Amino acid sequence: MTNKIDANEVIYKAKDFASDQDVRWCPGCGDYSILAQVQRSFPDIGKKKEEIVWVSGIGCSSRFPYYMNTYGFHSIHGRAPAIATGLKVAHPELSVWVATGDGDLLSIGGNHFIHAIRRNVDINILLFNNQIYGLTKGQYSPTSEQGKVTRSTPFGSVDYPFNPASLAIGAEATFVARTIDREPKHMQEMIKRANSHKGISFVEIYQNCNIFNDGAFEAYTNKETKADTVLHLEHGKPMVFGKENEKGIRLDGMNPVVADLKSGEYSESDMWVHDEFDKMPYRAFILATMAENPDLPTPIGIFRQIERPTYDEGVQNQVDHIIEKKGRGNLEKLLFSGNTWEVN
Amino acid sequence: MTEEVRKNGKETIDVSEVTVRFAGDSGDGMQLTGTQFSNTTALVGNDLSTLPDYPAEIRAPAGTLYGVSGFQLHFSSMDIHTPGDQPDVLVAMNPAALKINLNEIKKDAIIILNTDSFNAKNYKMAGYTDNPLDDDTLSGHRVFRIPITTLTANALEGSSLTNKEIDRSKNFFALGLMYWLFNRPIEPTLEWIKSKFKNDESILDANTKVLKSGYYFGDSTEIFTTRYSVKPAKLKKGTYRNISGNEATAMGFVAAAELSGLPLFLGSYPITPASDILHYLSRYKNFGVKTFQAEDEIAGITSSIGAAFGGSLAITTTSGPGMALKSEALGLAVMTELPLVVVNVQRGGPSTGLPTKTEQADLFQAMYGRNGEGPVGIVAASTPSDCFHMAVEASRLALKFMMPVVLLTDGYIANGSEPWRVPHVEDLPEFKVTHRTEVENFNAYDRDENLTRPWAIPGTPGLEHRIGGLEKQNITGNVSYDPDNHHAMIELRAEKIKKMQKEVPDLEVRGDEKGGLLVLGWGGTYGAITEAIDKSWKEGIKVSQAHLNYLNPFPKNLGEVLHNFDQILVPEINMGQLAAMIRNYYLLPVKQFNKMRGLPFKSTDLLDKIKELVGGGDDK
Repeated sequence: MTNKIDANEVIYKAKDFASDQDVRWCPGCGDYSILAQVQRSFPDIGKKKEEIVWVSGIGCSSRFPYYMNTYGFHSIHGRAPAIATGLKVAHPELSVWVATGDGDLLSIGGNHFIHAIRRNVDINILLFNNQIYGLTKGQYSPTSEQGKVTRSTPFGSVDYPFNPASLAIGAEATFVARTIDREPKHMQEMIKRANSHKGISFVEIYQNCNIFNDGAFEAYTNKETKADTVLHLEHGKPMVFGKENEKGIRLDGMNPVVADLKSGEYSESDMWVHDEFDKMPYRAFILATMAENPDLPTPIGIFRQIERPTYDEGVQNQVDHIIEKKGRGNLEKLLFSGNTWEVN
Repeated sequence: MTEEVRKNGKETIDVSEVTVRFAGDSGDGMQLTGTQFSNTTALVGNDLSTLPDYPAEIRAPAGTLYGVSGFQLHFSSMDIHTPGDQPDVLVAMNPAALKINLNEIKKDAIIILNTDSFNAKNYKMAGYTDNPLDDDTLSGHRVFRIPITTLTANALEGSSLTNKEIDRSKNFFALGLMYWLFNRPIEPTLEWIKSKFKNDESILDANTKVLKSGYYFGDSTEIFTTRYSVKPAKLKKGTYRNISGNEATAMGFVAAAELSGLPLFLGSYPITPASDILHYLSRYKNFGVKTFQAEDEIAGITSSIGAAFGGSLAITTTSGPGMALKSEALGLAVMTELPLVVVNVQRGGPSTGLPTKTEQADLFQAMYGRNGEGPVGIVAASTPSDCFHMAVEASRLALKFMMPVVLLTDGYIANGSEPWRVPHVEDLPEFKVTHRTEVENFNAYDRDENLTRPWAIPGTPGLEHRIGGLEKQNITGNVSYDPDNHHAMIELRAEKIKKMQKEVPDLEVRGDEKGGLLVLGWGGTYGAITEAIDKSWKEGIKVSQAHLNYLNPFPKNLGEVLHNFDQILVPEINMGQLAAMIRNYYLLPVKQFNKMRGLPFKSTDLLDKIKELVGGGDDK
């Protein structure tokens, strides 16, 4: 994606995107990293500050807009995708971002989430997934693992969680990615790629809540284990992982299985080669569900991105087309249209 | 009354007003028939008022009582205000339609029956044990028994249409016959058929033929010896069109967008009886209108709030249950001080209630239906064409004061229609809006003399700011938990509504400005109240009328008007919501008249109440 504005005209630094408000998340919260990576990557997205709008709902993550020196709207619980949709459809020239959490987006806001995806509105959604309700002090969330013991589920949660990436792929999102709060460079890359994608961009970010759900993603961030538990997806490359890339993922029919690349039975060329532009969603769906399988590494990166006309563009095109065909509406003519009669 | 002998020995009698009711199965096309008759009647220059009255079911089983769909139309050579208390003419396409309406019509009403449908199966389904055509069920009425289905089939003999298609044309026979009976031209409907069915020549030909057959049947049959004529009404000079409330509402918003210079955005979820506003507005794309059919009511309003943040004239349209779902978001619009218009086309409630019937029971919901102290502007339309004016007003107030405004209409005026003297654009108020661009001294919650904050929209360099649902510090707009600030902001938001009052026209009194009894109404009861007042005056009763279109804030002279009368009667299609507000604000002992039947008031019922209050003098 080309940078539309003159680089000499606007050169931002990360701190240009920091507002004058004190950041009020708990010390050690993963949200700090997300804020930092957004501020570090935004000088590179080719948008002017005034063209950017952050929209959020309710929850810890939804305080995000206050800390960005752009336009921002901290709205009500679950509704950020709907507000963002209205804003983007009415004003397609804006760069619209949604900061949201697992409760906000997948519980109370689930309907708006899937419909924003269905329409392919050209907005970017960053899901801060900490698998817990933080702001209400620690109830299980729709992404908490089954059996989760929390204040509202003292004997363990009974319901099954959503896998956000699976849900997004199932709703046919045109851009689905996952990253981790402790992978700053990777997260910056995902943010920039989401920005470049035209259409809905959904980025799930594994984010640690050190107060109510500390260590939820420990296996993926611990230096000792992460090489074996995290699979970095790269387009056109075979899926390999491990400290020395000694393991790979092979597709056995529909099932991903771990292959030992040291035994000599398989080589890298036998491994599943990632195609993020795959027209069909099936393989991306398989990748998304790997997170639930303890025998498999959890993929991060771009699961899938495809091109499809956007809703906001479609609406604008219809308006433009009708105006071209009929001419710009004339109010006087409209009022006096239809069957009229004169009274003298 | 003048009489004139015409050809075939048939006479024409001039009458000053007629109320007609078309009734049949939901699938019989009664709404279409009624609408066509109304439009033609408007074109010949009568004043008119309509009441479409249809079931919530789309195609209820044929012949059932609950499947009966009706369309009532009152037309006159005089100025009229209601769809008529009791029909003079009933067109009943089946026994169920007869059964449902027989008690509603005048004692000596004309009844035109489709005798073909009066078989044992149908009259039993309608709850008659014997054929009502054969006993004294219809005595006293002037009954015309016409085999409409057979005559329609005869007219289409040799046609390539299926029997079902032929049967479906029979409403045009009834329409043609009614055109003859009331001396209306058939040409407007012929033109309409031509454009409506231009892609299906066989249907076009069939409907044309059947409409004409109906008309000529009246002319040639010996059943009818008399036809009626209603002279054009002496309406104010101007250009007129017939318009329904929902269409007028939609046009009002297009006008408001043009007058303000802002793009119009509608976020909406389909709901009866408000959906037509969405339908109409989605046609006006050449005015730059963007309509968004949202996934639910909440997305309807929140998408509009997003568009309002972006600088559009943003509106959302709904009816009672949808309004309930929008409550939280409406509070957000109050807190963020964004201009937004919410239209509630009220219907019978609570819950799903009576989706296709009218009511006025959402005034409290508009007034108080939010958590916290969340004042909004409230306006209401009083007639179908007034919806245009009040949609413009709601937009003007919302934009000027950066506050949400609720526009209350109702099922009756939304679907009903009347002749509208079309205004010229130059006569409409202008309220060009400019968004804030000046960077110097910008504060998101700064205040002007109206306490209005600046509308700075995304895309404007140097004015980047954040808004949201948390309490704001006045002026800076930063989040604030300061106790004194919260108290001050609650008062400030209330004060903003008060500031609107200077833009609200004074309440006018019809009749004496001082006296014994004032009838104070609001919204869609205007027609029935006006007619009841007219009837009172004819009987020599002294009574005055005032009608509110602005409910929050009230007109500034309301208290003064009320104090000039000994008694105040507030008729409402609810349990007394305005009455409660008046008692609360002015500490006056108002009397109530409340009928919640899902229908407009009958002016005669109201007249009885007026007589009771004026005559009896007892203080109940």
